[in-house]
Amino acid sequence: MMKRFAARITFRSSAWVALLALATLAGCKQNAPPVPGLKATAAGTAIVESSGGHQVGVTGTALSDPLVVQVNDDQGTAVPGALVEFHGPAGVSFDPAAMITDSSGQATTSVTLGSIAGRYQLSAVTPGKSRPVTLDIVATALGYQQRLGSILADKHCNRCHDPESSPQRVSNYDNLEVKPHPFTEGNTLNKMSDADLTSIILHGGPALNRSALMPSYGNTLSAADVRALIAYTRAVADPPYQPAGTVYARK
Amino acid sequence: MQFMKKFLSSAWQALFGDPVRAFGVVSLGLLLALAIAPAKEHFSQWHGYQRRYLTLIRDRGDAVSLRRRFVPGIHQIWLPDLGVVDRCTTCHLGLNEASLSDVSQQPFRKHPAIPHTLDGFGCVICHGGQGAATTVAEAHHSERAGEEPILPPRYIESGCGQCHQNALPGTPQLNLGRTMLTRYGCVHCHAITLPDGSKVVATDHPPSLAHIADKTTREWIYSWLKDPQAFAASTTMPNYKLSDADASDISAYLVSASTPQAGDAAAAGVQSVAHADPSAGPSLYGESFCSSCHAVQNAAGNLVGGDVGPELTRIGNKVRPQWLTAWLENPRIYDATTPMPHYRFTAQQIVTLAGYLQGKSDSDYGASVHLDTADGRQIAHGRKLIVELGCAACHEINGVQKPENFAPELSTIGSKPLAQIVFLPGMEHTMSSYIVAKIREPRAFGASVKMPQFALTASQTDALTTALLALTNRSRTMPDKLRVAAIPETNYQPAGHAGKLIDELACFSCHRFNGRGGDMAPDLSWEGSAVERQWLTDFLHNPNTLRPSLIRRMPRFNLSESDNKELTDYILTVYQSPSIDPELAPTAANSPEIVEHGRQLFYSKYACQACHIIDTKTDKGYIGPTLTQVGSRLTAAWVYAWLRNPQALRPGTTEPNQNLSDDDARALTAFLMSLKGPAGRGAKQ
Ligand code: HEC
Repeated sequence: MMKRFAARITFRSSAWVALLALATLAGCKQNAPPVPGLKATAAGTAIVESSGGHQVGVTGTALSDPLVVQVNDDQGTAVPGALVEFHGPAGVSFDPAAMITDSSGQATTSVTLGSIAGRYQLSAVTPGKSRPVTLDIVATALGYQQRLGSILADKHCNRCHDPESSPQRVSNYDNLEVKPHPFTEGNTLNKMSDADLTSIILHGGPALNRSALMPSYGNTLSAADVRALIAYTRAVADPPYQPAGTVYARK
Repeated sequence: MQFMKKFLSSAWQALFGDPVRAFGVVSLGLLLALAIAPAKEHFSQWHGYQRRYLTLIRDRGDAVSLRRRFVPGIHQIWLPDLGVVDRCTTCHLGLNEASLSDVSQQPFRKHPAIPHTLDGFGCVICHGGQGAATTVAEAHHSERAGEEPILPPRYIESGCGQCHQNALPGTPQLNLGRTMLTRYGCVHCHAITLPDGSKVVATDHPPSLAHIADKTTREWIYSWLKDPQAFAASTTMPNYKLSDADASDISAYLVSASTPQAGDAAAAGVQSVAHADPSAGPSLYGESFCSSCHAVQNAAGNLVGGDVGPELTRIGNKVRPQWLTAWLENPRIYDATTPMPHYRFTAQQIVTLAGYLQGKSDSDYGASVHLDTADGRQIAHGRKLIVELGCAACHEINGVQKPENFAPELSTIGSKPLAQIVFLPGMEHTMSSYIVAKIREPRAFGASVKMPQFALTASQTDALTTALLALTNRSRTMPDKLRVAAIPETNYQPAGHAGKLIDELACFSCHRFNGRGGDMAPDLSWEGSAVERQWLTDFLHNPNTLRPSLIRRMPRFNLSESDNKELTDYILTVYQSPSIDPELAPTAANSPEIVEHGRQLFYSKYACQACHIIDTKTDKGYIGPTLTQVGSRLTAAWVYAWLRNPQALRPGTTEPNQNLSDDDARALTAFLMSLKGPAGRGAKQ
């Protein structure tokens, strides 16, 4: 009887240990040394971003553009044949996670973001000559609410707020006497409280003593739509938005 | 053996030799046995998580309220209507705690904002997995007895699609997937019946092949069959990976079964016209706004133009010159239901356009294709292949019947038991990875698989997978009140001669009327209430653009006076909004003061110039239509009603509803109606 009970306990705890070990293994696997098949033939001393940084994607999905980095030497010349590894927090995956730079010194990977919305700090590392050199890259994953905001902004707001034109949408920004800010403009928008943002969206520019060129959307958009627009603005703000929420003191 | 016996009997003696001792030993054993249950609980995984949760919240400012809301033990959300028994909240303890949105330690983070509550819907409806399980492994990863692991987050929108049959603004991937099921014609072969009993209908309009030999050559058919995307990168026609001989035999059958279409060979009057100035081609192509529907690859290899009609990059390689002239003269003779309008081009215009299009060709395309005349056996083999591959599920083909239910029905594919699925070696045993693999490379599941190879991007494949995963048993068994129906396309058909004109001009390809039609151009269901007769007549003769920033525009049709009048009359009398009463409109005779007040409101209070142009010298906004002569274009009743509530007249319009007071709306209407253009100017521009 005793023995059986003991066996139960040990079975339980050994299962626990195994599970933990598995979890750790799985966790480490993402950052584990890359495929052994890769053989670097050169090494650079710097790594720079070519394209694909600062992308805004959707949780759990691949970013629309690949991430491209370039390895350079001291003179700033591209180094082909250098090893590059990509790292990110748990949940992020790279395809491929490690590779050798091509003839133009570049390494290209496709990035899938994790399932939690927010800013992801990614990095590209090359072994370097004496010590590894690292490039930090930021990507943002939008959750349901923030992405709804981005879709609404595209439909209702960006023709005025985004100075860039696209083939589908000609920007109206240049035609406005008072210039609005792109929603990524953290320097301005981070200073506005949620209440102020809500107020200017619901009641238009005059609500905050601003230009009437900003129309009122209180009868066009729902309260949930406005919350989504604000959530989106906060998510893509650059520099990042720091909510002024409750400050939790340690007891 | 002897020793064993001795040992056992001495142990027996030691434990139970004395009745009191025996009683003690038995009670101790019983006590321990009773302790197993609570001990098991104490060492269980979820209990560990609950302890860690308590440690996590201990140091937070709102620890007291968090602690008060914490309930130890197994939690359960039970929703019999939905078949949900979810115990996920036993470990995911912070899902409803607003203050835990900054926590990165899972499973304690707050759930991100979504339009539904946890208590109303539970977890597995969207996330999948085993809701009733109480260990991480079982809940998340179980593959036992056909159980499915949780859904990868990138397909999460499929959860929404179980109840929401309509297109939600926040689920672009699901919406795209659903559009693709019809746009790529998946439903020609795979029937899909929605929970409300309606069938999903294809929208891709695959051409009839009954008269294919009039249109093109056997060599072109052969090259096309071998690799459709090599001819037109954007085509939705899949690649059947045919051998040279099979492609040759199929092309032989199609040509031999094709019957001539009267009118294809002779476009009356066109032959006599001399070749036009080649430089007129591109401008006529531009003026006719062909690119609103047809794409062409530019020098950089990018497709420019719409996708209503086929890509025209190499159209000269494909069509026979006589067929092209006949088609341009009146496409409805060859294909009575084509989305292409009957432009009523003049003979001169037809020759110019045909010459221009014929020049869009690539001398390398199909250059090496030489087919020997096929014998009867090869033609018969071609027909056999056509039947086997189900070509007639999409295309009308002489001598071959349209197959019914050619491929497996997909109405509940999202709930198909995994036990019925043959996975490829090394594949993850989940429905999502099976669907993705099946779409990405169907023939990987065996050379005899008939499903062809589609040319889709990874995100298109994910979108299709999302739409298919939404087709679950639960979506059919749930209570009707939870279901949000799609707005079905009506089968509205305008009547009489005007109705025939609307069909011929293919107005439905771009405009919507009474719930049927495209979304490229404005909904015209209430156009009769909106516009003035003279303006409409002029516009139908020569559509000048209202929005300078629009890329796709209304083409010009060579309508006769009588046809124009017929259409104008019809639109003005039939497409009337019941909510607009012309009698209630502010009268046109407005005092100059009211007009001036309206101008003030326009420029100052509402700053309409942000989006609309009235004075071309000072105003620049071009999101909305230009209003320079709006008083001659729109009726006062419409303008007033529109200003009061634009979305009531045209749902989804981006003009914001500014909640105007009656006085403001009247003054603005007076001002706008005072902006008259010279009568009939539109026609002369
Ligand atoms: C017709 C053009 C236009 C549209 C459409 C528009 N805005 Fe604006 N918006 C403006 C202008 C101009 C300002 C600047 C007003 C000022 O600073 O006086 C502005 C200002 C703002 C501000 C204050 C911060 C800033 O940029 O100065 C917010 C927030 C804002 N808009 C949100 C929105 C949202 C959300 C939408 C879509 C629902 C939207 N706007 C649509 C023109 C527009």
